[in-house]
Amino acid sequence: MTEDPLYREIILDHWQDPQNYGVLEDSDFDEGDSNPACGDHIRMTGKVDGSVLSDIAFTAEGCAICVASASLLTERVKGMPLADIKILSKDWILSELGASLSPSRIKCALLAYYVLKRL
Amino acid sequence: MKNYKADFPIFADHPDLVYLDSAATAQKPQVVIDAVNRLYTHANANIHRGMYDLSQDATDQFEAVRGKVAKFIGAASPDEIVFTSGTTESINMIAYGWARQNLKRGDIIVLTDMEHHANIVPWQILRSEIGVELYFIPLGDDYRLDYRQAAGLDMSRVKLITLTHASNVLGTVNPIAEIAEYFKSNGADFKLAVDIAQSVPHLPVNVQDWDADFVSFSSHKMCGPSGVGVLQSKRDLLEKMTPLLSGGHMIDRVTRDSFTLAGAPDRLEPGTRNIEGTIGLGAAIDYLQGVGMEALEKYERSLTSYALKKFQGNKNVRLFGPATSHDRLAVFSFEIPGVHSHDAADILNRSHVAVRAGHHCAQPLMQCMGVAGTTRASLYLYNTKADIDALFDSISGVQQIMRAAK
Repeated sequence: MTEDPLYREIILDHWQDPQNYGVLEDSDFDEGDSNPACGDHIRMTGKVDGSVLSDIAFTAEGCAICVASASLLTERVKGMPLADIKILSKDWILSELGASLSPSRIKCALLAYYVLKRL
Repeated sequence: MKNYKADFPIFADHPDLVYLDSAATAQKPQVVIDAVNRLYTHANANIHRGMYDLSQDATDQFEAVRGKVAKFIGAASPDEIVFTSGTTESINMIAYGWARQNLKRGDIIVLTDMEHHANIVPWQILRSEIGVELYFIPLGDDYRLDYRQAAGLDMSRVKLITLTHASNVLGTVNPIAEIAEYFKSNGADFKLAVDIAQSVPHLPVNVQDWDADFVSFSSHKMCGPSGVGVLQSKRDLLEKMTPLLSGGHMIDRVTRDSFTLAGAPDRLEPGTRNIEGTIGLGAAIDYLQGVGMEALEKYERSLTSYALKKFQGNKNVRLFGPATSHDRLAVFSFEIPGVHSHDAADILNRSHVAVRAGHHCAQPLMQCMGVAGTTRASLYLYNTKADIDALFDSISGVQQIMRAAK
């Protein structure tokens, strides 16, 4: 079966088995955001060790695009220096998803990214 | 059965379109488009002002719609009809213009768990401003209101019941008269406000049946243009309401020091109304009456029965709404287990099946049902059984793509 142009293997894998899913206790960072258009919600908790994001987790009520992008993003930034996270471009997550997203789905894809940017 | 689809030019422009989002907005028949065009081409002038023939013609056409609306919903007279921008503005007018002046701390406003945000948020604002209490009638069996749960309320404090005639999520049609009678017989003395935005496009509605004090609806869900709505109320209430907006047309006389308000309904229609939209609403009412609301309801019920059978025969889809077609609109909220509603809607769109996904401006209802959102297919007279078949064909595609259990 050929891969679906939007729901690529990588998105379905992370949707069905999201990485870093949950809530960290004693976190240094605890932020959430919603997409008012659809009511989707993401919460991220993180721990900072010096200048490094030592641990990160998320929970979400969201679609496959939203959950997969949060999962991919947490994998990417866990252990990353905060300075590098600050300059992480949203293009990274969009290209990682590798799908052509309509404007409304780009919002789903970037919900986690914008929560993380509050770090 | 006549093919109503042919009356709606969007389907000629998009021959593959399976439009299942009429609870959000209805498509427009050619006669409505023509009416708007005709006004602009032949009779455009501001109303209620000009001393010339063209303005008088536009005014006459505009005012004729007031009469049409009154007849269509069984109002006592055209003076009971206030043109607004839509249901949201109509309900805000009740909250701002009547409730704020007439309710006080400790009074109870009764709502339901199936309200649209438009009939929740204005009351929450009022609660924070003047300290009224809100009571939500819960859902009972088969997604219908269990209003007897209100038995424990202090009925002497119930001053307003404001509820929807039909749910935009569940399709449930509520027994308004029965609910009002229940509160009355338990000693409550209240005003009754009914949101008929979802029901009036689909069922014969007569506001006299409920002795309602306020009725709100929108043009765009009943084949008319958007940006036009109606607040219907009794003359004595309208005469005392505080205008939400003020300015031109709604006054009798203005001096540097003061102003006096015009009588109803003018005092509640400031500025220039949506003239072409109102003319379009008039054409929409003519169109619906030409079809016949009884015939329309009967046709839609046949679609509802057909769709319910399909839902009930598909174990991979969970339907949120009454299981039978009586007192029920052709609105079907559902969940494909393991698939988020956005993903479902996105994939359905590939087959040109247009549905809505998410919370449908009814987040408290989503919370009651324990879901973040649903996918919703809502039908109108231009839909056919073939559209329902197309929906179910596409649903199996969704399950395949999203690797949902089959």
